[in-house]
Amino acid sequence: MTHEPIEHVEYHEHHQAHPSPRAYVWVAILLAIVTSAEVAIYYLDLPNWVLVAGLAVFALIKFAYVARWFMHLKFDERVFRMLFFTGLVFALVLFTIVLSLFFLVGDGGPAPLVTRGG
Amino acid sequence: VSGPTASEVYDIPYTSVSSFVLLMSSLTMVLALAAINRKDERQMRIWLLATAMLGLVFIGGQIYEFTTFVDEGLKFDTSTFSSSFFMLTGFHGAHVTAGILMLLSLVMISFFGRLQPGAARKVELIGLYWHFVDIVWVVIFMVVYLIPT
Repeated sequence: MTHEPIEHVEYHEHHQAHPSPRAYVWVAILLAIVTSAEVAIYYLDLPNWVLVAGLAVFALIKFAYVARWFMHLKFDERVFRMLFFTGLVFALVLFTIVLSLFFLVGDGGPAPLVTRGG
Repeated sequence: VSGPTASEVYDIPYTSVSSFVLLMSSLTMVLALAAINRKDERQMRIWLLATAMLGLVFIGGQIYEFTTFVDEGLKFDTSTFSSSFFMLTGFHGAHVTAGILMLLSLVMISFFGRLQPGAARKVELIGLYWHFVDIVWVVIFMVVYLIPT
């Protein structure tokens, strides 16, 4: 009777649902298109709030696709998704606190004002 | 606040290419994982090397960018902006460098035939680290480079 290492057996079971290399290539093409769009809108003469909203949406799409497909959260157990998003929420809270401190206590923000197209 | 502003030193087309290179390194990383899942260790080594090379291109770009900024008068202690910028992007660069070292170690271990068993899991764990470094850059690129304050 042969024994396969537990780690190996679990791995094969877990990997049944992984997508094909072709699917990964399609995701990469989509990410390339979104990155191009992200840079393109930077050069458009848009109101700041539209630009920020557009950039945020594009970044969110890229983030979600890399996390769901390349980090395979889409195919993993629910508990891994929960762990990932719990960490993400903590990171966002910390980011918000630090940024708020810059404006409330600091010298008025972390960066000098950026002039569009400058 | 002193020294040049972000808009005076940023080269958005240049950084966009660097971002694209890092994004594509995530593709080569998953292709390495797909290869080891097929038990094709040779293909895995090729894709891992490609990932490490793309990572090196990104780091090379970052070193060039830092050098240019310093030449233009934006040093670490020039302003609040410059310290935040160098700290944030520098830490990210350090993580990419650590990832490259892990990838190259994996290639060497595989080359000397010492990757089995559970090889795919090792590739997967390093892959998860690499993708995470990639998505952090997605956020940094948007917040630090593209969003006007």
